[in-house]
This record gives sequence, structure tokens and C-alpha cells, in this order.
Amino acid sequence: MDISTAIFALIAAVTLGSAMMVAFSRNIIYSAFSLLGTFAGVAGLYIFLGADFVAAVQLLIYVGGILVLILFAVMLTHRITDVEITNRAAGRIPALIVIAVFVYLLVQAVRETPWVKAKQIVYAATTGNIGDLFLDSYLLPFELASLVLLAAMIGAVVISRKEIRE
Amino acid sequence: MTAGFGPNDLSSYLIIGAILFALGLFTVLTRRNAISVLMGVELILNSANINYVAFSHFSSGSTDGQIYAIFVIMLAAAEAAVGLAIVLAIYQLFHTIDVEAAQSLRE
Repeated sequence: MDISTAIFALIAAVTLGSAMMVAFSRNIIYSAFSLLGTFAGVAGLYIFLGADFVAAVQLLIYVGGILVLILFAVMLTHRITDVEITNRAAGRIPALIVIAVFVYLLVQAVRETPWVKAKQIVYAATTGNIGDLFLDSYLLPFELASLVLLAAMIGAVVISRKEIRE
Repeated sequence: MTAGFGPNDLSSYLIIGAILFALGLFTVLTRRNAISVLMGVELILNSANINYVAFSHFSSGSTDGQIYAIFVIMLAAAEAAVGLAIVLAIYQLFHTIDVEAAQSLRE
């Protein structure tokens, strides 16, 4: 077992372990902070896959943006006194059975399929290529994305503001 | 190409993605706290992204899969902003964010 396999196993363990904390923890604060491990671990997997720009974007947006938003929402909505019951769960046993069957099917499908892979895998910086694609063949989705973000921003402000009636 | 578990094996990434998706689905199915449900959605989106980037890396060497992953991350950010704003509005209205308690859209 060489060093890269060991690091890969460590990153996979961190990712899945903290995802399990998110799914099974009784305290929502622990769940929210465990998301940090999951997001950072997924960024590590992206680096193993040669996707440097996506890894940086993952860290910036998920860890720096979405996680902070979630923590804000947790702090704003739950009363500190009843920490223990803030993360209630219902119907765990049936859900666990469904999930187990589902994982079994997916893993079998992954193992049985004869994946056709590229002859040689290139590791190169992807940022320039991504920028070219955004301004070339993905220009329309790129512009639509800015529109979606603007709509989401305005929508979030409108929804969460206090309504003042005259 | 070495078979078995490791960073040079496509099915390792796919299995990690599958388990992550299952954990996210479990969170969405069982949690009664609306913020936890949103966390489960984030796990599901991350698992889909792992598959996009893994297939892009092992198949063509092009960056199209990574572009899709970036779009998914962008939509996840928009979803989180709007979703959490809705959660806060529900909390102001009902003083709880239990998804089974908030069943009507108005007082």
C-alpha cells in the first residue's frame, strides 16, 4: 500500500465518517460542524481527480459560504436550552433498510459494469480550459447562472425581511 | 490500471459517491428539523459532483464534467440561500422548524 493510497483512504474515511455524523448525530450543532469534514474531504477527492479549480471552488463556496449560512440558520432558529431534541429523527429503521438495499444495488452496479476508461490520464492545470469553455460553448448557461444567482439573492431578501403594514 | 481500492480506480470514487448519496437520502428521509433536511440535500449534491468529476477524469480528459460540477455548486449556493431564508421565515411564523409542525402556508 503506497502513500497515495493511504492518503486516499484517509480522505475517504474523513468524508464518509463526517457524513455519518451529519446523518446520525443527535445534536444539530455537531451535524452542522461535521459538514465541514465532508466538504473538505470531497475537495480532497477532487484534487485526487486532477480538478484543481473545482476543489478551490468547493472550498470557497461550500466551506466559506453554504456552511456559514447553515450555521447562521442553526444559531438563529434553535433554542440553546433544548439542544438535545433539536435534531429529532423519525422512521429510522425503515429508512435504514431502504438505504442498505439502495447502497447494495448501487455498489453491485458499479462493480459489475465494465467501465471503459481512457488509455492515459492527463494531469494538467484546468483553470484556463474552464475559463475558455465558460466563454465559448457554455456562454448561455454561464449568463443564465448569473441571472439565477441574482434572482436567488433578491428572493432570499424578500422572503426573510420583516413585513411592515401601514 | 490497478484494480481495487485506490486513487487510480474509478469504482472507488463511485462507491464513495454512492455511500455519500445514501447518507444524504437517509438524512432527508428521517430528520424532522428543516435545516437538517437541507444538510442532507447538500450531501446528495456533493455525491453527484463526485461522480461528474470522476467520470470526466477517467473517460475523456476533457473538463466538461468539471463545468457541470461548478454549475451544480452554483445552484447549491442559490438553493441554500433561498432554502434557509424560507426556514427563517417559517421560524418567525410558527416558532419551530419541525417539518411536521409547519403544515400550512399562513397563520
